[in-house]
Amino acid sequence: MRSIQYREALREALSEEMRKDPNIFLLGEEVAEYNGAYKVSQGMLDEFGAKRIIDTPIAELGFAGIGVGAAMNGLRPIVEFMTFNFSLVAIDQVINAAAKIYQMSGGQFNIPMVFRGPTGSAGQLGAQHSQAFENWYANCPGLKVVVPSNPYDAKGLLKSAILDNDPVIFMESEQMYGDKGEVPEEEYYLPIGKAVIKNEGTDVTIVSFGKIIKVVYQAAEQLAKDGISVEVIDLRTVRPIDYDTIIESVKKTNRLVIVEEAWPLASISSEITYMVQKNAFDYLDAPIRRVTTEDTPLGYAPTFVQAFLPSVDKVVKAVKSVMYR
Amino acid sequence: MPKFISFAVLRNNMVKTKFTKETYESWYEQMLLMRRFEEKSAQLYGQQKIKGFCHLYIGQEAVVAGTVSATRKDDRHITAYRDHAHAIALGIPSREVMAELFGKVTGCSKGKGGSMHMFSKEHNFFGGHGIVGGQIPLGAGIALADQYRGGDQVTICSFGDGAARQGALHETFNMAMLWKLPVIFIVENNGYAMGTSVERTTNVLDMSVIGAGYAMPSFVVDGMKPETVHEAIAEAVERARKGDGPTYLEIRTYRYRGHSMSDPAKYRTKEEVEDYKKKDPLEVVKTTMLKNKFADEKWFDEMETKIEAIINDSVEFAENSAWPEPEALWEDVYVQSDYPFIRE
Repeated sequence: MRSIQYREALREALSEEMRKDPNIFLLGEEVAEYNGAYKVSQGMLDEFGAKRIIDTPIAELGFAGIGVGAAMNGLRPIVEFMTFNFSLVAIDQVINAAAKIYQMSGGQFNIPMVFRGPTGSAGQLGAQHSQAFENWYANCPGLKVVVPSNPYDAKGLLKSAILDNDPVIFMESEQMYGDKGEVPEEEYYLPIGKAVIKNEGTDVTIVSFGKIIKVVYQAAEQLAKDGISVEVIDLRTVRPIDYDTIIESVKKTNRLVIVEEAWPLASISSEITYMVQKNAFDYLDAPIRRVTTEDTPLGYAPTFVQAFLPSVDKVVKAVKSVMYR
Repeated sequence: MPKFISFAVLRNNMVKTKFTKETYESWYEQMLLMRRFEEKSAQLYGQQKIKGFCHLYIGQEAVVAGTVSATRKDDRHITAYRDHAHAIALGIPSREVMAELFGKVTGCSKGKGGSMHMFSKEHNFFGGHGIVGGQIPLGAGIALADQYRGGDQVTICSFGDGAARQGALHETFNMAMLWKLPVIFIVENNGYAMGTSVERTTNVLDMSVIGAGYAMPSFVVDGMKPETVHEAIAEAVERARKGDGPTYLEIRTYRYRGHSMSDPAKYRTKEEVEDYKKKDPLEVVKTTMLKNKFADEKWFDEMETKIEAIINDSVEFAENSAWPEPEALWEDVYVQSDYPFIRE
C-alpha cells in the first residue's frame, strides 16, 4: 500500500468531499494563497478557487461565527484554526452557537460543520501554544470531538466528520503533519465514536488518543521485552467515547493505564477512570493509573518540555505499578 | 437620551415615499399586535406563567414593522434575545410564540428556547440569541451562504446598542465589508445597554461612526416611525441585492420598560420616558392614518377587538398545550439519532 503524510491524508479527505459537494468550503487564516500554515490545504486554492478556499483576517471569533451562520443557512463549512490555542477567542461561537442552535431551535437548524486544526504541544513553543483542550470540547453536549493519531485514521475520520450533520471538533497535531503512514488509494470512511484496538495483549490495557499514543507504542515494545503483553486502544474519538471497547478489554486484562496529553484535572482519563470503576470494578486487579502532562503551564526550556509530557519511561513505570512489578 | 453629534449621514427625517393605506393598516395592525402581546407577556410574567428572562419590545415596534415591510419573505432575519416582536412580525403565529414563552411543546422552538430563543426556519427567522453580540457573525454567515449560492436574499442582523461594544461586531464588520456580504446590520439604539447608558460605556456617543472604521455605508435613522425605518431598510436592501455589500443602520428608538422583567429601570427619569411616549410609534401612525382618512376611530376600535381576540386565543392555546416530555431533553441535541449519551 502507498504511504502518505498525515497532512496529505487530510488534504485528500477535504478535496475528495469538496469535489462531491459544492456546499463544502474551507475558511481560515492562510488556508488559500499561503497554502495553509502547515500546508494541509496546499494546492486547494488552485483546484477549488477563492470562493471555496477562503483566507480570513486574524479574527477567530468572527470567522468561526460566520461559519456557524453559513451552516445554519445550508452550507457545510470547514473552519480551520491555526491551532486550537487560538480557538479560545472563538469559543463562544463553538459552545454557545454551534453546540446549541440545533437544540434551542427545537431541531430546526442543524450545524453541519467541522472546526479543525492542531492541538497540544509541538516543541518549545511556550505556555500559550502548547495546550490541549480535547476535554474542554468533549465536555459540551452538541459537539463531537475527533483526535486521529495517524494518516489512515485522519483521512477516514475527516471524511466522516465532513459528512456528519452535527458540529465536529477535529484535532490534529503540528508534530504529526509530516508523519507517514499507509493510506489506501480508494475512498473509505471511519466511524466517529468507535475506538480501535491497535495491538492485542493480555496483561494490561493502555488507552490513549492523538499524537501521544506514539509514546505508548514505544512503551509497549519495551514492556514486551520484559514479558508484559500490552493491549493498546486508540480512542480516535473523545466525544462520544467508546466505553464498550475499553471495558471489554479491561475485563480481559484486568489492568488499565490511560495516557493523555492534557492536564490531569477533569480530563478524559478521569472520565474513563470513573466509567471503568463503575462498570468493571470487580474485574480490576489494580487501581487504574494514568499518565498525563504535569499540572502546570508548559515552560519554554527543553528540560521543561521533557518533564511536562508523558514519556516512555513514565508509561513503563505506570504499567509496572499496575502489574505490581 | 444623550445628545448625539453625528458624523454619519443623518437620514432626512422627511418621509419621501408615498405609502399606501394598506401599508399603514398593516403597520398599525402588526405594531398593535406586538404591543398587546408584550403587555400580556408582562402580565403573565407577573403571574409566573412565563419564567426565565423576558425582554420586552414595547416602544421599539416601528423598527421591526418598517423592516419587515421593506424586505421579502425569503430574506433572512436574526436578532438577540429581545425577539418576540421579530417572531410575530415575520409571521410566526402569535399562539406559537406565546406557547414558547410558556415553555410548551407547541411553541415555535418546542419549549426548548423560551423567551430568548424563538426560531422558525419556515419564516426565515434564524433566531433569538442570548449572548450579546453573538448573533452578529452568525448574521454575516447566513448572508455568506446566500452569496455563495448566488441567491439574492438579504440578511437583516439586529442587535442592541450594548452589542456594539463586543469584539464580534468589529471582526464581523471587517469581513462583511471585505467580502461584500448581503447583510444589513441594525443597531436598535434604545439608549441603554442593560442599565448602563451609552455615555457611560464609551467616549464615542455617536454609534453610527463605528461603521466608518470599516468604510461601511452608515446611516442614522429615526426609529420611532415605520416610514423612516422602511425607507432606510429599502435603500440598504437594494444595495445588498445589487452586490454592493453591507449597510449599517443606527436606528434610534426607545424602550418604555426595563431591560428585562426584573429591571425597574431606575436609571432614567419619568420625564424621559414620558417624552418618548409622545413619539409613540402607534400614536404617530394613528395620527397619520386619521389625517389621511385611511381609517376612522371605528377602524381602530375594531382593530383593538381583533387583536385582543388573537391575544386571548394565544394565551388559551399556550395554557392548554402540553409541556414537553422529559425524554425530549435528549432530542434535537444531535442530528444523529442514536447518539450514545452518558446516562447513569
